[in-house]
Amino acid sequence: MSAGPSRLVEQLKGGLDAPICLTWELTYACNLECVHCLSSSGRRDPRELSTGEAKAVLDELRDLQVFYINIGGGEPMIRRDFFELVEHAVGNDIGVKFSTNGAFIDADRARRLADMDYLDIQISLDGTDAPTNDAVRGAGSYATAIAAMEHLRDAGFGEFKISVVVTRHNVAQLDEFKALADAYGAQLRITRLRPAGRGADSWHELHPTNAQQREIYDWLRLHGDRVLTGDSFFHLNALGEEPLPGLNMCGAGRVVCLIDPIGDVYACPFVIHDEFKAGSVRAPGGFTAVWRQSELFAALREPQSAGACASCGSYDACQGGCMAAKFFTGIPLDGPDPECVNGHGEAALLAATVAVPRPMMDHSKPVRPERVPVTLGRR
Amino acid sequence: MLDRRLALDSQVALRPEPFGALAYHYGNRKLVFLRHPDVVSVVRALDGDTTVAAALTTCGIDQARWPAFEAALSSLERSEMLHERRPVATG
Repeated sequence: MSAGPSRLVEQLKGGLDAPICLTWELTYACNLECVHCLSSSGRRDPRELSTGEAKAVLDELRDLQVFYINIGGGEPMIRRDFFELVEHAVGNDIGVKFSTNGAFIDADRARRLADMDYLDIQISLDGTDAPTNDAVRGAGSYATAIAAMEHLRDAGFGEFKISVVVTRHNVAQLDEFKALADAYGAQLRITRLRPAGRGADSWHELHPTNAQQREIYDWLRLHGDRVLTGDSFFHLNALGEEPLPGLNMCGAGRVVCLIDPIGDVYACPFVIHDEFKAGSVRAPGGFTAVWRQSELFAALREPQSAGACASCGSYDACQGGCMAAKFFTGIPLDGPDPECVNGHGEAALLAATVAVPRPMMDHSKPVRPERVPVTLGRR
Repeated sequence: MLDRRLALDSQVALRPEPFGALAYHYGNRKLVFLRHPDVVSVVRALDGDTTVAAALTTCGIDQARWPAFEAALSSLERSEMLHERRPVATG
């Protein structure tokens, strides 16, 4: 009981009987095509879990006492059974936090959402003005998000979240994001940009510079207790003596995992790739068997080697950073994080330019040729 | 602390884990780690009727360890996982 945080981290690294935090992307369908989409979403996958299959998974999560799930996509509200599934989860004591671009939150749906218990909403927004946001999330997406926020506020939803992926272009807006959240009675959540999905292509232009990493760290030291981060910035801990609030470890396969729209289970939301696929909820034994018996998860729960970082004095602080960020930039998993604040990422990135793994499961919409106006004939 | 009559909030669920248990509060969304099976036993023994001291005794906790348990229970109370039973109106 007198165990310090480090012993807790060691215990968590060995894995739990069930995940603490499980992300479930409900669909690959999306009305937007954000350039950093972790799941390369756009088109629905015809193999998507049916309503019945999804409810069976929820029943299993109830039996495992998974307290809450993070629902995402794609745009989860595109699913016709969205409310049915959320109500089934909440009715079974599984709290739901879902991420949305807000396009399907009108006044009626905002009231329906406000009436539900154990429900949190994250509106995705990547700029405090339309040009900054829309450059990443697509034309009109800023106005869409703001409209949804207004509906939630007017419906008396309470403290929803505004969820920001921090990029080179919005680091300077962190104070403005905080003010925007405060103005709507919302809570700000900022997370790290990962080179996963379509982000593999946009990461090099979007990820914060070294100087900006220091800005993020300093800002979180000041505001971290009132801002959510999904504990995603632990690689910045090497910048100072005091760690940022939250768990300082990679939770992939240990305390977190991802269920994708077709029921495949991955180690975390940022590694939709065969190498990190642990199994499927459709296989015998369901999700429970995957979580408890998959060879991949067993391997991730073994003590990990510090590898190339062993000689660096900061390893205890940063834990070598993010597995997904390394994988999709071609850096060995026991190498430094590509955004290593001690500068070791740069050399590793240069050495890794030969064979960088490509994200799998691309559901991006096809690039359409320029539309030719159709001439209507006789009706 | 020892003479107080605490109880687990009705919105809190406990999930057993090898290190002890996870406690989740559905109201304030806080997740807390109970890092020893003995703490879990004591928390389960708190029903709002018995005192903390009685619960510690029932669970066979050596008195030398009581200060550590008091600290753990205080921390759980600050997270609103535990609260004192409301006084029962008489008459």
